[in-house]
Amino acid sequence: MSAPETHMSEQLVTKAEARELSFYYGEFRALKSINMPVHERKVTALIGPSGCGKSTFLRCFNRMHDLYPGNRYEGAIVLQPDNTNLLAREVDPIEVRMRIGMVFQKPNPFPKSVFENVAYGMRVRGEGSRRRIEEKVEQALQDAALWDEVKDRLHQPAYNLSGGQQQRLCIARALATDPELLLFDEPTSALDPIATASIEELMHDLKERVTILIVTHNMQQAARVSDFTAYMYLGDLIEFGVTDELFIKPKMKQTEDYITGRFG
Amino acid sequence: MKPEIKKRKRWDAIFALCGMVAMMIGVLTFVALFVDMALDGFGRLSWDFFTNYPSRRPGQAGILSAWVGSTLVMVVTAFFAVPLGVAAGVYLEEYAAKNWVTDVIEINITNLAGVPSIVYGLLALGLFVYQFGFGQSILSAGLTLALLILPVVIVATREAIRSIPQAIREGSYALGATQWQTVRYHILPYSSAGILTGVIIGMARAIGETAPIITIGALTFIAFLPPPPVTSEPPFISFEWLMSPFTVMPIQMFNWTSRPEAAFHANAAAAGFVLVFMTLAMNGLAIWLRYRLRRNIKW
Repeated sequence: MSAPETHMSEQLVTKAEARELSFYYGEFRALKSINMPVHERKVTALIGPSGCGKSTFLRCFNRMHDLYPGNRYEGAIVLQPDNTNLLAREVDPIEVRMRIGMVFQKPNPFPKSVFENVAYGMRVRGEGSRRRIEEKVEQALQDAALWDEVKDRLHQPAYNLSGGQQQRLCIARALATDPELLLFDEPTSALDPIATASIEELMHDLKERVTILIVTHNMQQAARVSDFTAYMYLGDLIEFGVTDELFIKPKMKQTEDYITGRFG
Repeated sequence: MKPEIKKRKRWDAIFALCGMVAMMIGVLTFVALFVDMALDGFGRLSWDFFTNYPSRRPGQAGILSAWVGSTLVMVVTAFFAVPLGVAAGVYLEEYAAKNWVTDVIEINITNLAGVPSIVYGLLALGLFVYQFGFGQSILSAGLTLALLILPVVIVATREAIRSIPQAIREGSYALGATQWQTVRYHILPYSSAGILTGVIIGMARAIGETAPIITIGALTFIAFLPPPPVTSEPPFISFEWLMSPFTVMPIQMFNWTSRPEAAFHANAAAAGFVLVFMTLAMNGLAIWLRYRLRRNIKW
């Protein structure tokens, strides 16, 4: 087991890193001094029982919490290669979200056409060239393995697509903005097993070019798609490690209890 | 068991009956009034009735100045009430901090919708007619009615915006959009059906308003039209009509009903029929627009 780990650690580059990260919903401390790296071009999964703070942690990365009053961060999330603290007061959340994409739990296409959904990220960035937008939309849909299914109905409403297609559309929408890091918040919890499999396969292909951080309530999914796994409980990061090792021989008793189904 | 259920279900029947009677009282009263008015006035409805000015002879009197006046006042009302109401609604829903100041403003706007319209008339008389010097004009009347329906437009805007799922906003922000881009590309387009419905329902109320219009001094007898908005000389567009004296449909009706001759009462009934028809047409338009605009929006 140790051989592949050494092999991996040789080429590991940190893309982002949480340093002493705490998060407060008003007075409630939802994350407690978390330290964790996210490795470049790897899939890192966050697992843990409901309410453990995994989604809260994920949403710190693109400052989603800034949309609601009463939320407060402490500590840092440092994004590489430029060593930017995403949580710093002088860093605008829009700047953060332009570098970090997100796919939500329930597919949330805009009630617009397939094309406009994918083009939206470029439009808000002020891209004026119709040709560049068209190229990028096609590329993003190709990358999200959706192009062949929608190329003849680009200008039809996105809600005509199936649930799985809608979720891949949301992935394409995020990819069209060339994110450095892609956040997935339980992306398959609203999908059937076949659609889930296609999303997982897609994630596997995507990690060649983009770093992925995924929250999942499904341990099998974490084991299937991720290279690294973090187990969280009540706002604490209990254990972080190479996925295979964490699932086969966890270091912490709490982790073992959770993955063997003794609670959670 | 069975007789027990029967006994309990008897109250179902009793309540259903009471409810039906209550509903019929409302519906039948309206139908009776409308039919009575239609019977009284239908004989007077003709092309001439729409193209004639009021006259001392009831047979020749028409509603030309009244329906033109009502239409122009509505244009001014919509021009001011829609941008102000929508902007205020969007601000309160999307921008304003959720604190006690916002709560107080919210409660006040809801209460403004219940202020008697004559109070708006008095306010407008002091403010628009005298203070701003707009006089007894179409502009004053339009502004007055705009104030009157502003709370309706604001509340409708807020409700339409509130029905947009948070997931849509988050999706937009997650792609790096600013607040204005989110409002411009998502919030406004998706709430337009609800906003339009609110605007039209507000306008349907405004078109029947009499008290505030009388208060600011609309004429009851007027035998000329405001100057046309398009002229033959450059710059070809004129806003003189805004400052013109005017009358509106309900005032014309009021004027005719207060005459002693029965023939004028028939005119009033005919004008009332037209006014009700205008109101129903506006409500119909609201329903149609809502259906059209919502067809392409699903969450």
